Amino acid sequence: MRQESAITGSQGISKEPALSLPKEPALSAVGAPSSARRALDGMRSGGLIWLVVLLAGVLALSLFVGRYPAPPLLTPSQLASDELAQRLVWNLRLPRILAAVLLGMSLAGAGAVLQMILGNPLVEPGFLGVSQGAAFGASLSIIFLGNAAWLVQSSAAFFAFAGLGLSYLLAHRLRYGGWVLRLVLAGIAISALFSAGVGMLKYIADPLRQLPEITFWLLGGLWSITWTQLVSILPVTLLALLVMHWMRWRLNLLALDDATAFSLGVAPTRERVLVLTAAVAATAAVISVSGMVGWIGLIMPHLARRLYGADARRALPAALLLGGTFSLLCDDVARTLLAGEIPLGILTSLIGAVFFMGLMTMRARQAVTQKAEP
Amino acid sequence: MNAASLAFQDVGFTYPANGRPVFQQLTLEIAPGTVTAILGPNGAGKTTLLHLALGWLKPQAGHVALRDRPLASYSRGELGRELGLVPQSEHTAFEYSLLEYVLLGRAPYLKPLEMPGEGDIRIALDALARVGLAGWAERSIARVSGGERQLVLIARALAQQPRFLLLDEPTSHLDLGNKARLVALLRDLVRQGVTILFTTHEPEVAAGLATHLVLMRGGRVLQTGLLAETFTAEHLSETYGVPVAVAQVRDRQVVLWG
Repeated sequence: MRQESAITGSQGISKEPALSLPKEPALSAVGAPSSARRALDGMRSGGLIWLVVLLAGVLALSLFVGRYPAPPLLTPSQLASDELAQRLVWNLRLPRILAAVLLGMSLAGAGAVLQMILGNPLVEPGFLGVSQGAAFGASLSIIFLGNAAWLVQSSAAFFAFAGLGLSYLLAHRLRYGGWVLRLVLAGIAISALFSAGVGMLKYIADPLRQLPEITFWLLGGLWSITWTQLVSILPVTLLALLVMHWMRWRLNLLALDDATAFSLGVAPTRERVLVLTAAVAATAAVISVSGMVGWIGLIMPHLARRLYGADARRALPAALLLGGTFSLLCDDVARTLLAGEIPLGILTSLIGAVFFMGLMTMRARQAVTQKAEP
Repeated sequence: MNAASLAFQDVGFTYPANGRPVFQQLTLEIAPGTVTAILGPNGAGKTTLLHLALGWLKPQAGHVALRDRPLASYSRGELGRELGLVPQSEHTAFEYSLLEYVLLGRAPYLKPLEMPGEGDIRIALDALARVGLAGWAERSIARVSGGERQLVLIARALAQQPRFLLLDEPTSHLDLGNKARLVALLRDLVRQGVTILFTTHEPEVAAGLATHLVLMRGGRVLQTGLLAETFTAEHLSETYGVPVAVAQVRDRQVVLWG
């Protein structure tokens, strides 16, 4: 009855959804849909547990990896008997290991978020003026304020956020293209400004004292991490990671066109700004202590999507776990391989780029291409 | 005015970016249970009209009301359950499975941090089956054709279960077989009480499906009314600015041009 009246235009308002699905598919459906339960199980955290195990394993191993007393490993019995080794593991290795994990997670998570929201798989987390802002802040501090760790870190963090803020402001003022394109263009312009600033600072820096320090900071590394530094970035980073993780399914919606996202009940601009801010805050916080560490934020999201599909419900946590593991492994190599420390940024770029080339020439995830059961 | 309708009242709209007014004092009513086709040349404002109906674009003058309540007074979730949009095309940078993509249609029924559950997946699988893509749930969206992708967008809107379905040129990428299937599917939805508003560049699709027509040109509504009264050579010629003839072939109307 209700259906006929709808056509004549006299239908009343009923509470249930107007569009109910039929018992049988209306169109040329071949076979019944595969079980929703099976699909749900497939879409839940299946497989992610192995990444957790992997990260935990690498984390435990990393405590024993190092050059004391002799490379590459400290044995558990040595650790039990050697007081210096215990102090070293507790005061130096552990904070550094945790910082490496946090660094990798933040960069990979932020990279995944930015790539989705900007609909561009080539984007990396520092690109909205954040990386170059941090580099400028650190260089500025080394030349004019002093090279105390907390000063360099604060200045880097401040200018990282300034870079983001300026990018937002400029994006608002640009009269060209949609929101995403304006943000990308603004990010490029602000990054270029700060990059010019860094060049200028390097040019005027004292070549014996200041320039090496700036260069070292720009190469990136975690050699100076202390508990104090770790604790100083922990609240911001953890909160930002949680926001990204909580909003992971919604990220898929935020990746859609504005009008479509709106039609699905999303507040596109507001929600995008929220999760972008979380992503960039995490990035700014970690690079303020690590310096420029590239590639993790670009490649880990790609690897995560290759392994777990595009849906950020699984791709985002996978990117976090892979990023943490990769960063930690690189840092282990950085502090163990040679007598002198290898800057982490060099290693992540070197290993990351080789890995990336291999990844991109491999075939896509099999599960995606396979047809579901008939 | 019908209390359950979607109504434009003296709507004025200008895109802020270019300052050129698209609509001035546009008044239009979409009655529930009807199928309304919006016809008009490129740049007539058809997509803008859909985006205003959706509540995404906000008129600078007048208002758009759904059931006598301005769209602005609805929450976003409410709007998402009332109005579904099928965009003409959609760019996706990432390889979602079709099921993952169609599941996005369930968003208006979920709380901000809630994930879709088993019931949502069942609805999404049914929606895929209804557009003829049963068994394709795990296929990557990057590996389907343009027409199949359009069907996926329609499936997503079906999973959304809206009362009003807004479609932007839904047949533009479809072959004849899929076009016929889509028309049958939309008729089926109408029988279930869904109101449909769609734009098209194909007068025959409008003639075969719509109960009402809106003929637009340059941001003005030239004609609106029942299909039988508006689908005439005279009105269509005026709309498109070229002489056209309407011919009857069996029980169908076709447009001849050029």
